[in-house]
Amino acid sequence: MNENVFIENLLIYAVIPLIKIVVIVLVLSGAIAYLTLLERKLIAHIQVRLGPMRVGWHGLLQPIADGLKFLLKEDIVPAKADALIFTIAPAISLIPAFLVFAVVPFGPPDMLQDFLGWTLGWFPFLNLDEATTERIAQNAIASGGYVTDINIAVLFVLSVSSVGILGIILGGWASNSKYPLLGALRSTAQMVSYEVALGFAIIGVLLVAGSLSLVEIVQNQQQEQLWYIFVQPLAFVLFFICGLAETNRLPFDLPEAETELVGGFHTEYSGFRFSLFFLAEYANMIAVSAIGVVLFWGGWLRPFPSFEWLNFLNFIPGVVWFLGKVFLFLYVFIWVRGTLPRFRFDQLMQYGWKIFLPVAMANVIVTAGVILAFL
Amino acid sequence: MKARPLYLLISPFAMEATLFYILATMLVVFAILTVTAANPVRSAVYLISALLGMAGLFFLLQAEFVGAVQILVYVGGIMVLFLFVIMLVSVREVETQRRANRQWKTALVLGIVLSFELVYFVVQGADVFRIDTISQDLIIESQTLNTETVGGLLYSTYLLPFEIASVLLLVAMIAAVVLTQKQL
Amino acid sequence: MLASYVPIVIFILVALSLPVVGLVVGRLIRPYKPHATKLMAYECGVDPEGDARDRFSIRFYIIAILFVVFEVETIFLFPWAIIYRRLALFGFIEMLVFLGILIVGYFYVWKKGALEWV
Repeated sequence: MNENVFIENLLIYAVIPLIKIVVIVLVLSGAIAYLTLLERKLIAHIQVRLGPMRVGWHGLLQPIADGLKFLLKEDIVPAKADALIFTIAPAISLIPAFLVFAVVPFGPPDMLQDFLGWTLGWFPFLNLDEATTERIAQNAIASGGYVTDINIAVLFVLSVSSVGILGIILGGWASNSKYPLLGALRSTAQMVSYEVALGFAIIGVLLVAGSLSLVEIVQNQQQEQLWYIFVQPLAFVLFFICGLAETNRLPFDLPEAETELVGGFHTEYSGFRFSLFFLAEYANMIAVSAIGVVLFWGGWLRPFPSFEWLNFLNFIPGVVWFLGKVFLFLYVFIWVRGTLPRFRFDQLMQYGWKIFLPVAMANVIVTAGVILAFL
Repeated sequence: MKARPLYLLISPFAMEATLFYILATMLVVFAILTVTAANPVRSAVYLISALLGMAGLFFLLQAEFVGAVQILVYVGGIMVLFLFVIMLVSVREVETQRRANRQWKTALVLGIVLSFELVYFVVQGADVFRIDTISQDLIIESQTLNTETVGGLLYSTYLLPFEIASVLLLVAMIAAVVLTQKQL
Repeated sequence: MLASYVPIVIFILVALSLPVVGLVVGRLIRPYKPHATKLMAYECGVDPEGDARDRFSIRFYIIAILFVVFEVETIFLFPWAIIYRRLALFGFIEMLVFLGILIVGYFYVWKKGALEWV
């Protein structure tokens, strides 16, 4: 392998992705911080309160204060806890929650093409000739609005997030305290119950899309000029409800039902370790929204791609559409929290196994039948 | 001799080999820790790490579908089941029990015999691993899409095993209910 | 194919550094004043009673088994869904048989009351 090819590959597969990853991780952390503020503000206004008002204008600096507090507060490890597992459990929760964003397509495959062609010239020490610059800018992994595009992205997302569940159960166990352990068991039972229905709901979309790559799924929606929400509405409803349950959001927030379990699996956690669980929870929420947008709401596509009189909207870049849709999702998540009461645990398990699972299975069979009829 | 430029170390082939040894070491170390850990939950954590290393090996073999399934089923499914079972029994008792029973000498001898057998057959069949003798079909196969290939084979050539798998799953479901029925 | 996984390895390393750096930095700047009462397990202000790692309802076990079974089932459906258009009618009947067998088991579990949570 000669030196130029080596530098080219290094740029495409390591350096440029690394820059993207750092940007994504930083933006995501910031977004999570402000998502908590948004949540507190919205819930407050729904309940006719003001919410945080002290730190900054209308509490705008509150997330920064919270973040600092998490770092500075004493980090208590209970005397009876298993210190090793107590420490790694939050990390087991957090890393998968962030890793999902490695395959989320924020924008089209040529999103950074012009930008790369323009910026690579700034680094004379790389000694890139015109053709190499062109090749790098044309490479989908370097110029795509995503970190990487793999053939099994959907499976990757599911398997990575299933690892996150282990963090909760291990954290609850390591605390060696009654409420966290019960919270962790409930939490895990709930998450695995809804994961099954979630899997079936996603298979409904996959039957239509015919690919496991998230980028290709959006491209297929572009080709067919149709968002999959219009062909798989039932799958979307199931996906959204199961998404609420998977992320432990109201009305499925039994794992941390304050009135019965104190704080759920993270009762014994404080300081920085608690903030890791907290970050993981909100990162999961954003991840579910992002995957929902990709599978059902056309990812980076503008609304109604088939209506030509809306073509004037094309000047808005895809990534803006994508983030806008994700924001709408998150807004609904918070809205639901402000509106609905909490389920009882037995109700929750029964809904998961006796309603959502059969409906999701029926959806798969009916979808397969309809596709067969039109084939 | 001219010094080899450093970047040659990062050639895809060398990188694959390095990754293989990292993952294989991880797998072996955590597998040993799984067996030797006193606390069952610690043991489960080590097993999770070993399984992740194994999934990494599958990815390295370009079997991305199998790798993802390995994580999804074993780490995300079976390990949750294991942890539940561990929490169903009293961990305290297990921790104080002797970890090896009286059969350990027999087990050791058998283990050594079996590993020699394994090494012997690997050495005997070393030709299988030679790159230049790999049949052309395999190379073509590896360049097509993984999931599609698995699906194509599973739903045509291996149709019967696939349907039998559903019977096995049915047995597992019924067995779970029957085993726990008294408590229900 | 392997090349598209290099960014994922990098992502894992970056994500791993987040908690590691946080814990190390945190250790340097935050206070550490342990105290017997502070390190006690939380039980609404009362001294903890008995062992927290008690035994739990067998129902959690059944849910976990059912989860693994259905998880494996969905995994069989993933490749099937991808190449469904190629398999056409054959694939449809094939999957009906597969799902049919499992739906029988599902109704058995339902009727036996394993899905109840009371």
